[in-house]
Amino acid sequence: MSATDQPLLSVRDLKKHFPIKGGILGRTQAMVQAVDGVSFDVRAGETLGIVGESGCGKSTTAKLLIGLVDRDEGDIELGGKTLGRDISLRALRRDIQMVFQDSYASLNPRMTILDSIAFGARVQGLDDPVGRARRLMARVGLDPDRFAGRYPHELSGGQRQRINIARALVMSPKVVVLDEAVSALDKSVEAQVLNLLSDLRAEFGLTYIFISHDLNVVRYISDRILVMYLGEVVELAPVDMIWAEQAHPYTRSLFSAMPSMDPDNRTQKPPLTGDPPNPIDPPPGCRFHTRCAFASDVCKTRHPVLGPMVQGSPHWVACHLHDPASGHPRAGQGVPA
Amino acid sequence: MVQVIADIPVVPPAQRGYWSGVLSRLKRDPVAMICAVILAALVLSAAFAPWLGLADPYQGSMIARLAAPGTPGHLLGTDEQGRDMLSRLIYGGRLTLFIGLMPVVLAFFIGGTLGIIAGYVGGITNTIIMRVVDVFFAFPSVLLAIAISGALGAGVLNSLVSLTIVFIPPVTRVAEAVTSGVRSLDYIDAARASGANALTVIRVHVIGNVLSPIFVYATSLTSVCMILAAGLSFLGIGVRPPEPEWGLMLNTLRSAIYVNPWLAALPGVMIFATSLCLNLLSDGLRSAMNVRD
Repeated sequence: MSATDQPLLSVRDLKKHFPIKGGILGRTQAMVQAVDGVSFDVRAGETLGIVGESGCGKSTTAKLLIGLVDRDEGDIELGGKTLGRDISLRALRRDIQMVFQDSYASLNPRMTILDSIAFGARVQGLDDPVGRARRLMARVGLDPDRFAGRYPHELSGGQRQRINIARALVMSPKVVVLDEAVSALDKSVEAQVLNLLSDLRAEFGLTYIFISHDLNVVRYISDRILVMYLGEVVELAPVDMIWAEQAHPYTRSLFSAMPSMDPDNRTQKPPLTGDPPNPIDPPPGCRFHTRCAFASDVCKTRHPVLGPMVQGSPHWVACHLHDPASGHPRAGQGVPA
Repeated sequence: MVQVIADIPVVPPAQRGYWSGVLSRLKRDPVAMICAVILAALVLSAAFAPWLGLADPYQGSMIARLAAPGTPGHLLGTDEQGRDMLSRLIYGGRLTLFIGLMPVVLAFFIGGTLGIIAGYVGGITNTIIMRVVDVFFAFPSVLLAIAISGALGAGVLNSLVSLTIVFIPPVTRVAEAVTSGVRSLDYIDAARASGANALTVIRVHVIGNVLSPIFVYATSLTSVCMILAAGLSFLGIGVRPPEPEWGLMLNTLRSAIYVNPWLAALPGVMIFATSLCLNLLSDGLRSAMNVRD
C-alpha cells in the first residue's frame, strides 16, 4: 500500500448529470447532479468500500465505471489505459464486471443458470465457455451436475447471488463492482457470501469495489472506505483510520446512526435528521451545510476540496474544519467531539 | 462453501424446454382444449374442403332457393341462389380464416419488431415510432379499416393490407410496453456489461421474455380481426361475390331473415363460434405461458 504503487483503476473527476425533461416539447428543465466530480484510485488486490445514503450516487458511480450509464465528463483509467482512448468499452467490460443487488432480477428467468454464466464468455469469444461456467459453479459452491439445467426461480436468494458472482467472474475480470451485492440476503447467508467473496479475492487476485449502506459489512470486507454525499466524495480513508476518527461531520452522523451491539452503550447522540437536499439544485458551498451542526458562513459559499487531513496522510476529507486556511472559525481544529 | 450447499434438498432438475411445459399446462385446461379442437376442426375442414365430397359452392338452383336446414340433399339448407349452405360455409372458412388470421400474423411480426426496437433503444427512436403509432390510435379500428379498404378498393389482398395496418399499432404498443419493462431489469444490464452488442442482447435476452405477452395479445386480436374482415365483406369492400365468405354470406342472407331466419343466422353462428373459441384459447394460453406458478 505504498504511495508509489501504480493504481489498477483510476477515476478522475467523474460527472453524470441526468436531464429532467418536461413541457410539451420535452425540453430539459433541470439537471440531477447524480455524480459530480468523483475521483479515486484503487490499487490491485485492494477492496474499496463505498458508503452513503440512498440517492447519494453510489450506484450511478458503479454503473459509470462499467459504462452502463454514459459519463458526461471525467476519465476512467484501467491499468494505465484510458477508456475511450487506449481501450474500448467492450474490452474494459472484460476486465470490470458487476454483481447487482437484486439476485432475481439480474438473472434471465428464461435461461438456465449455466447459460446465464456462460453468456459473457461466449460474447467475448473466450474458449470453452461451458467448461468455465461449470468450474465456476463448483467454485461458488453449486454442484454443476445438479444445478446447471435449473432456472433462477428454482434457486434460493443466496444460491442465485452465488450464480451472479460466478457470472461476473466468467471472463476472469480484474475488478468486480459489487453493488449492494449482499444487502438483500439474510444475515447468515450474507456471512457465507462475504466469506466466499474474500476467498475468491485471494484466489483470483481480484480487486473489489464494494458498495453498501451497511457499515459493518463494509468494514469487514474493505481496505479503504469512500463516503459519498449528494454525488460527491466527502471522505476517503483506510478502514482503521476512519473507524478511529470520522473526520467529516457527515461521516460522523452516518457512524452514529449505526446501532450498537452493546445494550449499555446505546446511541445517545441524535443521528442526522431530515432528508438530503434535492440533487437537482444542490446547496452552494459545502453540500452538507444545510444539515451540518458546525456550518459557518464560509460553508455556505465556498466549496471544500477533498484533500489529505495532514500532509501525506492517507485519510482524505472535504471539510473546511480541517483546512486551516479555509476561513472557518474553527478551521484546523477538526470536528468537535 | 460446497458442503454448506450440499445439505439443501434437491428438487428434480427441470430439463424440459419451455414450450413443452406450456403445452402440458394447456392440456390440463379443458375449456382451452375444447376450443382448440373446434378450431382445428374448422381449419382442417376448410383446408381439405375439395376432398370432403361437398356440393359445388358456386352451383345454384332456381328451384331449391332458401331451402330450410334439414332439407334432403342440403343438410344446412340453401342460400338465396339455391347454393348448398354446408358447402358454402366450409368453403367460406378458407377465406374467412385466412383474412382473419393473416393480418394478425403479419402485424405480430411487424408490430413486434417495431415495438421491441422502440422499447429497447428508447430515446428519440422510441418517440418517433410511438408517436406515429399514436396517430393511428386516434381512429377507431373499424373506421380505419373501412377508410383504408375504401381507398384501396375491394378485394382479398386489399382487405389483408388494410387489416394488417389496423393491427400493427396495438401490437407495437404492447410490444413496446413489455420491452421497456424488461429493458430496465438488471439481467439486461448484466448482459450489456459482458460486452454484448444490442442485437445479441435483444436476440438472447429480450425476445424470449417479451414474446409470450405479445403472442397472447395477438391471439386475442384474431377474433377482432375475423369480425372486422367479415364486417368489410358485409359492407361490400372486402371479398366480392360470388366467393363464399362468412361476412359476405351474412350480408346477402340478411334479407332472408323473414323467410328463413335459421339460414340467415348460420354464417353469424360460424363467426361467433370461431371468435369465441379464439378468445377462450388465448385466455388459456395466457395462463399456460406463465412460468412462475
